Amino acid sequence: MTATPTSFVEPRRRLSLNGWAVILVFLPPAVLLFTVFVAMPMGEASWYSFFNWNGYGRPEKFIGLKNYGYLVGNNAFTRALINNGLIIIASLLVQLPLAMGVALMVAGRVTGAVWFRMIFFLPYVLADVAAGLIWRFMFDGETGIASAAAALIGMPPVFLLASKDWAFSAVIIVILWKYFGFHMMLYIAGLQGIDKSLLEAAEMDGATPVQRFWHITLPLLGPMIRLSIFFSVIGALQLFDVIVPLTGGGPFDTTNTLVSYLYYFGITRMRVGFGSAVGVVLFCICVAFAFGYKRWFMRDD
Amino acid sequence: MTEAASAKDAGGRSLDGAAAVARMGALLALTAIVLVPLLATVLGGFKELGELRANPLGLPHVWVWSNYGDILMSSRYWRVLGNSLLIATFTVALTLAASSMAAFTFAHLRFFGDRFLLSYIQLGLLFPAATAFLPLFIKIRDLGLLNSYWGIILPQVAFSLAMGILLLRNAFKELPDELLDAAMMDGCGYFRYFFYITLPLSGPILATVAVISFVGSWNNYLLPLVVLNSESRYPWTLGLMAYQGQYSTSWQLVLAFITLTILPAILMFLLAQRYIVAGLTAGAVKG
Repeated sequence: MTATPTSFVEPRRRLSLNGWAVILVFLPPAVLLFTVFVAMPMGEASWYSFFNWNGYGRPEKFIGLKNYGYLVGNNAFTRALINNGLIIIASLLVQLPLAMGVALMVAGRVTGAVWFRMIFFLPYVLADVAAGLIWRFMFDGETGIASAAAALIGMPPVFLLASKDWAFSAVIIVILWKYFGFHMMLYIAGLQGIDKSLLEAAEMDGATPVQRFWHITLPLLGPMIRLSIFFSVIGALQLFDVIVPLTGGGPFDTTNTLVSYLYYFGITRMRVGFGSAVGVVLFCICVAFAFGYKRWFMRDD
Repeated sequence: MTEAASAKDAGGRSLDGAAAVARMGALLALTAIVLVPLLATVLGGFKELGELRANPLGLPHVWVWSNYGDILMSSRYWRVLGNSLLIATFTVALTLAASSMAAFTFAHLRFFGDRFLLSYIQLGLLFPAATAFLPLFIKIRDLGLLNSYWGIILPQVAFSLAMGILLLRNAFKELPDELLDAAMMDGCGYFRYFFYITLPLSGPILATVAVISFVGSWNNYLLPLVVLNSESRYPWTLGLMAYQGQYSTSWQLVLAFITLTILPAILMFLLAQRYIVAGLTAGAVKG
């Protein structure tokens, strides 16, 4: 028997031979895989980012911070940053209220609630590339709804995705179409956790539906709202798959996100040092956001 | 309109007539927005190119079955699906194995540096895989895994570990301690406890991890795009883009190919809807 309390905070079994065997057999696969394919590449990215390197031989041309310097004021990169910001803004101003509104509608006893939930969630299950391609067809000036709508009012065909000014709006529409169902599910889960007796008590005291929403439902949904915003931002920062089939970053590099910028300007041209620098910037944004957000907004969750 | 209807529903009471109608109207409109692109894709696959141009959204006047038939008869279609299935199966199996073993260790054993090691792996939750893609590519190349299934499977497993270990460790810790004490008393070692008690009692959470990593692998595009260069190994996401590149002027064929390649995901979703929704959202919430 090994259950003798030790000096740890919580009483714990002292490690037996058996325990050591578990550690030696069970931990290495995970630690090794994680180290080789996640941690090391991240560390190497920060190292490579100081070099001008095409990936062959060893990185030798040390250029200091030049890769980072190139990003400052680079039009395509700035545009990618702005685009990521636009996705986040659209998520907060359109997707969040929409997802919550729909959640409120289908969480109650509405006919076909189960079906509505399933249909709204469906796009989330599809791969981004498939969704992107479907919408490329929809936006196509010759075949899609864009053309049908234009023909209806007697206009020449519209090529939304080829327009410098409108292509990114089209990308945002696709993102909202694909992801609002996921956020709706988060809010449904949040609504199910709300104690119905609170709402009934408020109603008994004469609170109007609007008051009940603002003073009870909304505050109690707080944790889910913060979670939903967290996923919107993280999701926006890693968005890539939708861009490729829709616009390929074009026209004139106006529809890149940070990751697609990294792909088109770093990976396809094998500019390892430069691409690594973009990766490091993205990493810093993600980590700063994750830590900051958890610290300031999700403390109590 | 939406606001008013939803606000009332927040009260949990039935709505009066007008609001109920408005709510149903809003829901049906949204349903149309979600489904029209999907239906247009399915129907578009049955049309001829000329008709697709004139009538992109309606029912086909002439049903062209050969678009679908040719794809279903081609080895290309089955090969990309087979590749995706193979990659996803190995990814799920290895993710479950590696993360459940590590999670078990972290849940039950205290050793020097255990906290540190756990937070080290949890770092993986903080940044997207794309950030280190070039060094990852170099690593895969130097390991000789370029253009191989393992070059996709192993990094995918590595990137699922953080989430898998987090979810599984929390679940393993919730199993009653008395169980472990009793088992140990009866001379059952950790290994047997893991295989005969922990795993059988953790079905739902293992399913959650499996669903998340399966969907992630099935839909993955960036990693195979960077790792693979021979078309015979393409998963369906890459195969779809290659097909589109080849037949970019024939939307009716591309639409049929899209329909057939997303069909497995949709069927799976319809059959196992409850588990998939629960898995993807519960995983997000608990993670």
